Amino acid sequence: MAGLELLSDQGYRVDGRRAGELRKIQARMGVFAQADGSAYIEQGNTKALAVVYGPHEIRGSRARALPDRALVNCQYSSATFSTGERKRRPHGDRKSCEMGLQLRQTFEAAVLTQLHPRSQIDIYVQVLQADGGTYAACVNAATLAVLDAGIPMRDFVCACSAGFVDGTALADLSHVEEAAGGPQLALALLPSSGQIALLEMDARLHEDQLEQVLEAAAQAARDVHTLLDRVVRQHVQEASILLGD
Amino acid sequence: MAMEMRLPVARKPLSESLGRETKKHLVVPGDTITTDTGFMRGHGTYMGEEKLIASVAGSVERVNKLVCVKALKTRYNGEVGDIVVGRITERRRSAEDELAMRGFLQEGDLISAEVQAVFSDGAVSLHTRSLKYGKLGQGVLVRVSPSLVKRQKTHFHDLPCGASVILGNNGFVWIYPTPEHKEEDAGGFIANLEPVSLADREVISRLRNCIVSLATQRMMLYDTSILYCYEASLPHQIKDILKPEIMEEIVMETRQRLLEQEG
Repeated sequence: MAGLELLSDQGYRVDGRRAGELRKIQARMGVFAQADGSAYIEQGNTKALAVVYGPHEIRGSRARALPDRALVNCQYSSATFSTGERKRRPHGDRKSCEMGLQLRQTFEAAVLTQLHPRSQIDIYVQVLQADGGTYAACVNAATLAVLDAGIPMRDFVCACSAGFVDGTALADLSHVEEAAGGPQLALALLPSSGQIALLEMDARLHEDQLEQVLEAAAQAARDVHTLLDRVVRQHVQEASILLGD
Repeated sequence: MAMEMRLPVARKPLSESLGRETKKHLVVPGDTITTDTGFMRGHGTYMGEEKLIASVAGSVERVNKLVCVKALKTRYNGEVGDIVVGRITERRRSAEDELAMRGFLQEGDLISAEVQAVFSDGAVSLHTRSLKYGKLGQGVLVRVSPSLVKRQKTHFHDLPCGASVILGNNGFVWIYPTPEHKEEDAGGFIANLEPVSLADREVISRLRNCIVSLATQRMMLYDTSILYCYEASLPHQIKDILKPEIMEEIVMETRQRLLEQEG
């Protein structure tokens, strides 16, 4: 679509947001009673569901068990109806496997695995509607699900995507902005310490601009943290009132 | 067959109807609990840069110098002396084990036992070295979250309504008809397969639904709360207890009675 301005002269994006503005986020914890932990998140039109089981005994080969920490196993699946055109394979394709590995890397950095030696923690994420920023939505949903399961973590893991258009860094890209083909970056951050759990980019970006884009993504991730923090506190407060003193 | 259907309705947060504020100190992972280094760190915390930081979302509990964070919902962590109810899934295959235990306990049996020791990796060692533990016969099993089972002196209760209950610390609750006389010689390994009367079955079903409603409304489970809930549910039919509005009403009444009893 030639002539589609990702950033207008007045500084508005395609959906009317400003450069550093996030999409509306709504999240809920404890959506499934059967799983140890579960959460649902909506970031704009991107909808993701995360379910956590564990820590439990290693399934399958006992040989995979690590003697000093837990094994984190992540699986990413996107529903066949999640994209504009019906997807053939919900999971098992290259992109899903790669996402699974990235999620695993992210959560191995945040979960205190040394507290559960010789066990396994399973994190399953399902994308119900993909409108850009699927990795970020998955990480955010999985963080809430891990918290819901009561698995100890160093800190929240908050993620956001960022891009670069016309000399300005854009935060939280939607599908239209991602499809336009500019450079885009996904960042997963541990907000309290500012440590980066995962940084992923497979595009060409000049190193002078990297700082700017990285800062935009980091600020957006911190904003996401503010929101998720509020959701978790509210959930804990409600449960605490019900349980009584 | 009668079927009941209902349309989805927006949920009201349950705590609103209670109208209370919590006095506990609530934390989320990454929050600093204290910068005072004199405290010992317990579960749910870790040490980072001279600060004690929370690692789970829950309420802070302070006992003298020990600080820990009790998470809302956790998988069961064994502690010595806990009572657990569980199903045997796998047996150790050694010769002496075969000779000794096969006669008594088989794979697939439901048993009650006590935690004897906890290994460093979290595995627990159980024993049934008392006549009150052993194989469980006829009854109903309810699975709830382990955090809802209140720690008490005894977890075996004979309720006055006509059934008995075992509240396992691991969240498995076993409801069974009260045995008429305690068989001291057999211990817990002979299953009683005599038919259970309809009246007893009704009491057990009602208790089971009451426990499920208490767990759904996130109330602590102990003998008094279960008994009050049972009594509050008597005006309703057993199958109606699980309907959302009736469940709320019954649990509200239970809460009321418990508060009155305390105050």
